[in-house]
Amino acid sequence: MRTRTYSIALFFIASFSCLLLSQDMPRYRWQNFTTANGLPNDHVYSVLVDGSRIWAGTDNGLGLFEGGKWKVFRPSDGLAHQAVLSLALDKRTGDVWAATLGGLSRISAGRIDSFTQLNSGLPNDVVYGVGVLGDYVWVATAAGGGRLNTRTNQWSLYNERNTPMYEIWTYAVCPAPDKVYYAVWGGGVLEYDVQTQRWKDYNDPDGETEMVVLKDQGLIHEITTSVSYVDKVLWVATYFGASRYDGRYWHNFLTKDSGLPSNFLNQVKAVDANRAWFSTDKGLAYYDGANWSIYRPALDTHKPEMLVRDAAGNITNVAVDTAPAHNYILGVDFQGDDLWVATAEGLSHGTRQK
Amino acid sequence: MRARLQLALVIGLLLAAVLGIGAWSAGEDARYLNPVEMAQSADGRSLYVVCEKSDELRVVDIASGKVIKQIAVGHVPTGISLSPDGKQIYVANSWSDNVSVIDTSTLSVARSVPAGFEPISAVSDLEGRTLYTANRLSNDISVIDLASGKETKRLVAGRGASYLTLSPDGKQIYCTHIYPNIGKFRTPPESEITVIDTATQDVIERNPLHNVAGVFHLASSNDGKLSVVAQLKPKNLIPLAHVEHGWAFVDTLTIFGEDAGQTVQVPIDELERYFARPFGVAISPDKSKIFVSSGGAGIVTVIDSQRLLTFARSQHQPFANDLSASANYVVARIPVGPDPRGVLLSSDGKRLYVANRLSDAIDVIDTDKNEIVQSLDLGGPQIISANRRGERLFYNAKFAFQGQFSCANCHLDSTFDGMNWDLEPDGFGKDVVDNRSIEDLSGTEPFKWNGGNPNLQTECGPRTEKFFYRSQSYNEQELADLDTYIFSIPLRPNRYRLPDGQLTPQQERGKAIFERTVTKARKPIPESNQCAFCHSGPKYTNRQLADVGSGKAIDRSSLIDTPHLPDIAYSAPYLHDGSARSMEEIWTVFNPHDTHGVTNDLTKDELNDLIEYLRTL
Repeated sequence: MRTRTYSIALFFIASFSCLLLSQDMPRYRWQNFTTANGLPNDHVYSVLVDGSRIWAGTDNGLGLFEGGKWKVFRPSDGLAHQAVLSLALDKRTGDVWAATLGGLSRISAGRIDSFTQLNSGLPNDVVYGVGVLGDYVWVATAAGGGRLNTRTNQWSLYNERNTPMYEIWTYAVCPAPDKVYYAVWGGGVLEYDVQTQRWKDYNDPDGETEMVVLKDQGLIHEITTSVSYVDKVLWVATYFGASRYDGRYWHNFLTKDSGLPSNFLNQVKAVDANRAWFSTDKGLAYYDGANWSIYRPALDTHKPEMLVRDAAGNITNVAVDTAPAHNYILGVDFQGDDLWVATAEGLSHGTRQK
Repeated sequence: MRARLQLALVIGLLLAAVLGIGAWSAGEDARYLNPVEMAQSADGRSLYVVCEKSDELRVVDIASGKVIKQIAVGHVPTGISLSPDGKQIYVANSWSDNVSVIDTSTLSVARSVPAGFEPISAVSDLEGRTLYTANRLSNDISVIDLASGKETKRLVAGRGASYLTLSPDGKQIYCTHIYPNIGKFRTPPESEITVIDTATQDVIERNPLHNVAGVFHLASSNDGKLSVVAQLKPKNLIPLAHVEHGWAFVDTLTIFGEDAGQTVQVPIDELERYFARPFGVAISPDKSKIFVSSGGAGIVTVIDSQRLLTFARSQHQPFANDLSASANYVVARIPVGPDPRGVLLSSDGKRLYVANRLSDAIDVIDTDKNEIVQSLDLGGPQIISANRRGERLFYNAKFAFQGQFSCANCHLDSTFDGMNWDLEPDGFGKDVVDNRSIEDLSGTEPFKWNGGNPNLQTECGPRTEKFFYRSQSYNEQELADLDTYIFSIPLRPNRYRLPDGQLTPQQERGKAIFERTVTKARKPIPESNQCAFCHSGPKYTNRQLADVGSGKAIDRSSLIDTPHLPDIAYSAPYLHDGSARSMEEIWTVFNPHDTHGVTNDLTKDELNDLIEYLRTL
């Protein structure tokens, strides 16, 4: 009887704690954009916040949301290709770089200059990822990585010839002042040390493509899709889970032992060393270092859903009346406390609720 | 008596030799000054004159008209501005890639700050905290923190970024460009006015200039409501056969701002007289007059602003090609010295200073009377050498029919214009040709893309007379002088070579590809298809014709003169007709059958290596 009472008390304490926690996790009111209100295409690969302006890389053009209106850029405007997979902002100049299926484009005060493998030193026209740091623009392409020196227009190419890249299908790049990371699809993660100019690779230590044998002993999987390096902590998204690496220890996240809604990840974007957002095929997930929250249309009813999972694994369903446009999330960017989310069926703006 | 005369003659000749007076041989030249731009001291007493050929700033006391100081600056200085407090002068050194900062109290160089490739002009913001330079060869704008002297970022400009102007309210900086942006083959030239927000230090706008190339200075009225840009409007898409009908260039202005209402292009030429290469612009303090220097004509044009605006507003169609229009607003043409460049109005607007580049003098114009009242001699050599005569011919448009253009119209500042032309001698629509660089030409004969001109005398002589100028041409002496000058045009510094002349590992790999004799499969490459065979010798040309497969249906022959390669990095577009917009396209687009060297076995890395090597030549 005493044990039962104790258990009931524990249950209520846990439930109450989870209720409190659910109130702490960020909540959003979602507004969704589709072609119906000016988005160039509903399939949004990438989103970029540029102050009050929002750029959306879609399957059929680059959209710019400014002053409540959408402006669209397509190849007829000089864009390298209509499918825009990744976007990066040069914060110093305001130039926006767009990685497309047909090359790399720079949008500078309305003028678009496109770099292709035919007219420049770009390694390949299929550009999956782009990042800017200082005078360098880093690209991840289907034929390795590349770096454009914007002062001299000289290209440096990185592939199997000069790096430990045994697979040259680079998918994303994240440059930082000390390190540059590449997510190599099928080849793990590649690290470039800016000071020593040396490369190092990180791979799945168990070498298993579908299983996790050695959890937390290295990268969760070789098929990496995204890297995010903030506060000297590396976050990695793969098609089989996520990883966090602080330079010494790895920690991996799987649906079975975390709040990840799916092990299939398209992007990870870190807030700091402990917090990150995960774009999965089953919703948008947030991790605050201990607890998780998920934002999506419910998988079965498609009604707006927000789930909170505490560190102990207790799950609370928080009542919400809006959700991102679709479960299939491809990317996210921050606008202060707000979020902009690229999904397979539209672009979503999450306004943080107090 | 006779012996005395002979002695005096001998002494005189010796003195002349010692003092540098007398005839100059082709290989020698005096140290001319070539003043190009000016600024006035804060107290209005001094004129600071940038002398691009003597690498110095000359300070002129306006009251006495005397040069009171010569200040050595960097190599080939081209631009000048004053700090807002008047305590510093900024001189852009185009071949040193830096800016000399001169203290106006000591009139000495305090320091130099780095810029991009070939900075042509430099201006600071109103606070004097940030300096901007327009970099012609890197096609960008350096943003330099004046406190630290460090460049903080580069802003993407148009091609050939050259001239910067701070708006009167200090909120914006305008950048204009000497070359058009690289566009699709045989499309109209497009340039832009790049607008920088000085608060954010970002480019916020790019105002397109359609059908325009060769854009020079911009001036704004004191109230900021009227801005004027000097520019060339080339007609390079049609055969250069109708010079007599004006189908070569129109010398125009673009006006914009609140007063203009919309951006409008207006001609300054007349029906039967042209005013080639408009360069410097100034607007009087009361906004009543606009002054424009025309380098090729040796003229300063005076425009009545109000009449111009009234006329422009009354027009419902573009009228930049209507040469009768200028009669509605041009009020005076003032002949000045040879190749007038920068113009500067005194603060009260009473005097206009004109830098006559090829006479080493500043003409002073009374703006009420529209006449020259004084000419300030900057102290250059009095003797005019063959080279100097040739340079004057090169920049003088008087030889062309109605003064339409000179060599310098297409070879801007003795370089190129970034365009391709359909020259008439080949027949209409035949042999469209890219405009090549003319630096360091000696030893690169024959000339012309079909190698048809064995020497410069042929290139610049009857051919020019008959097909280009449609008017008088050069006499024998003039032709010799012109050739002397052209052969003296030096090669600008190459920015891709390491300072010690060594090659980077990537450039070394590219050099090996350039010099290879076998393919990667160890198959021998025929000598005639090896890069280093045709592009051999000190100028990287064997001076022979070759068929590299780049001929088009409109070409009369597929045989092309092998071009020299020094500084090839800067002279896009490429191939004989300018159809390759970048060096990469020479091989990725126009070499499908390995006829222009064997390149199709190269990986992208290796092609990049080859191009990095070519950039060092």
